[in-house]
Amino acid sequence: MTNYIKLIALGIITLFALIAANYARDLAYLVNALTVALVAGGLFIWTLRNTDEPVVTVDLSGEYMDGVVRAGVIATALWGVVGFLAGTFIAFQLAFPGLNFDWAQGYLNFGRLRPLHTSAVIFAFGGNALIATSFYVVQRTSAARLWGGNLAWFVFWGFQLMIVLAATGYLLGATQSKEYAEPEWYVDWWLTIVWVAYLAVFLGTIVKRKEPHIYVANWFYLSFIITVAMLHIVNNLSIPVSIWGSKSVQVFSGVQDAMVQWWYGHNAVGFFLTAGFLGMMYYFVPKQAERPVFSYKLSIIHFWALIFIYIWAGPHHLHYTALPDWASTLGMVFSIVLWMPSWGGMINGLMTLSGAWDKLRTDPIIRMMVISVGFYGMSTFEGPMMSIRAVNSLSHYTDWTIGHVHSGALGWNGMITFGALYFLVPKLWNKERLYSLSMVSWHFWLATIGIILYAAAMWVTGIMEGLMWREVDANGFLVNSFADTVDAKLPMYIVRGLGGVLYITGAIIMCYNLFMTVKRSPAVEANNSVVPAE
Amino acid sequence: MAKQPKKKQEVETTGHEWDGIQEYNNPLPRWWLWVFYATIVWAIWYTIAYPAWPGIKDATSGYLGWSTRANVAQEIADADAANAAINERLASVELTSIAGDEELATYARSAGESIFMTWCAQCHGSGAAGAKGYPNLQDDAWLWGGTVEDIHYTVAHGIRNEDDPDARYSQMPAFGELLDEAQIEQVVNYVMSLSSTYEPQDASLVEAGQTVYLDNCAACHGDNGNGDIYQGAPNLTDAIWLYGGDYETVKHTVVNSRFGVMPPMGGAELSEAEIRAVTTYVHQLGGGE
Repeated sequence: MTNYIKLIALGIITLFALIAANYARDLAYLVNALTVALVAGGLFIWTLRNTDEPVVTVDLSGEYMDGVVRAGVIATALWGVVGFLAGTFIAFQLAFPGLNFDWAQGYLNFGRLRPLHTSAVIFAFGGNALIATSFYVVQRTSAARLWGGNLAWFVFWGFQLMIVLAATGYLLGATQSKEYAEPEWYVDWWLTIVWVAYLAVFLGTIVKRKEPHIYVANWFYLSFIITVAMLHIVNNLSIPVSIWGSKSVQVFSGVQDAMVQWWYGHNAVGFFLTAGFLGMMYYFVPKQAERPVFSYKLSIIHFWALIFIYIWAGPHHLHYTALPDWASTLGMVFSIVLWMPSWGGMINGLMTLSGAWDKLRTDPIIRMMVISVGFYGMSTFEGPMMSIRAVNSLSHYTDWTIGHVHSGALGWNGMITFGALYFLVPKLWNKERLYSLSMVSWHFWLATIGIILYAAAMWVTGIMEGLMWREVDANGFLVNSFADTVDAKLPMYIVRGLGGVLYITGAIIMCYNLFMTVKRSPAVEANNSVVPAE
Repeated sequence: MAKQPKKKQEVETTGHEWDGIQEYNNPLPRWWLWVFYATIVWAIWYTIAYPAWPGIKDATSGYLGWSTRANVAQEIADADAANAAINERLASVELTSIAGDEELATYARSAGESIFMTWCAQCHGSGAAGAKGYPNLQDDAWLWGGTVEDIHYTVAHGIRNEDDPDARYSQMPAFGELLDEAQIEQVVNYVMSLSSTYEPQDASLVEAGQTVYLDNCAACHGDNGNGDIYQGAPNLTDAIWLYGGDYETVKHTVVNSRFGVMPPMGGAELSEAEIRAVTTYVHQLGGGE
């Protein structure tokens, strides 16, 4: 019966997507509509072929649902490489503008590739990492199979479809021009549906848990899922110009639009890249170190302080603009009060290792996690400092901001994800151990040196261009033109690009290592039955 | 935190366990808690001192009376006040005497460069090297004259604009409507023969072209093609081409004519001192007469 409903729904979607493609007013919309038609049509045929076939029902309630986590792990690794590659390429485009090839103008120039890079690393790499690990962690710490049956698969594939629609849209020119919220209205609608399904799967699993308490990692994951839903909906309130075209118009305008955008933008960092990844940290660090979490009290206090304070910090992106002074003050003040709540996570992560510090010498995965938490601590100190108006007047609009984002993203988000992948792959594919620990060491050093080159280069150029912009002569007239600063930055832009090359080399080594783990490592008996810890 | 390791053995876990993970019941690190409190106390003071809390219609303005807009206005006022005397002098001295006055000239150059970067670089380029249709200001070729007075007049009133009745004005006819195709090809070849960088496409037409030229073009560009700065008519014999000196481009210019516009910088945009500063800057770039 459900198959017939599915067939009707998929048929309608396919038909409507083809009608949309027929009436499409722009290329991006046309390609996206055809993609949707292809996917829905393929699913229609697949469903049709399975309809009225005998169904073998196996009771799986006693087993964890790991297939979707495996798929998520693969997607994380692949999208990671794609995102790093795009980032490294655009870094070189900035250093050598000739790489904006004439034949690729309007498709592969910096302006089109930049949102592709940011979305690929944040949403495709980071998002898949969060979805995969949250599905793994919530099952293990709740001693329950994922709620909702195949809904988890819908979340996974729905999210991949969102990524493909957004990425092809960027290259063909569909964008809302809002940083980290570039996808156009129909992609936003689709993501909303997928995200609600994600929330349902996660929350449903927590509700049916067999453990008496909810583990701290799940608080962080849940706050990330709920807040991102709220941010996504409010910041993407827009009215399509035509249902047959990709362009839409925002409902907010002027400084209100800017404020909503940076309320969203900052909390994308706060809840996607901080709270969500802290959830990851709270499971994988104690598991890998085989030590209890340092302090339950600290985890409660810093959790509530973090999520309460983070949401107010957005205005610090708009210092010295049309934003009123009072809003700018509040953004700065909340950013500084946020310093200790952020560091609570770092303390809990690092101190969990007390009594196991010797593992740093022998276990490169622990080393990866520790340096990740270290970069987290550094970025969450640097951020409040840069939110101070006097500092911001120098740092704003300079490469310092880019350096700050990347020490957080490459250092904290990247390294904790790599650590989690190294932990997960042997477990998920029932292998005794990783294929090669020395490759993990290589990955660790390549990535670390890459990050240091990147961050140091951006500090130098950022502070230099900030100083050059404000340099005045004895009579108070500006000394440098913008082009002067661009010229002065070239050497550091090359260093930045080399940092990216090292980072992506490490990631490719990781992919090889994980692949060989699945293929070559000695197998062990599967152990994914649902058993409460006590 | 420094004391923690010694006491660690005494700390118990909370008694819960999830997938093998336990949690210690450690207290909050003291330094962490006190720094957290300190930032909160600082935050409360800061929001009293600076504009912070929104009300129905307005927000608290803070007891320090601090405001970004007031600060900017003050900085601008301070800079204006500091330069008031020298601006006054720059605006009132004889135009030609600025270059000889060391103090005035230095000031005018740096002020002029800053003004140029703001108002002129969009068309003439940040290095003043120009672009197609926008003259290079570094060379010796001047459409409307390169003396200080000439440049000053051009900056103040602009060229062929409708905003300033005193703007420099001239208009080349679109000869596509006045000459036939053969005549146009002849005159284009003749013009190219005048240039020091291009050869005529068809040398056999040059002689016929000279007749066409003398009848139609020489009134403004001169019998020898040397141009006329009183009409803004370019010199056709040098290596400099505002729009290009190849056959197709010259033909396009002859058929359709050109109508380059420059807005006036006097009046609402720049003060007399500022116009003189940017004039001085442009004049000393290399080609000033």
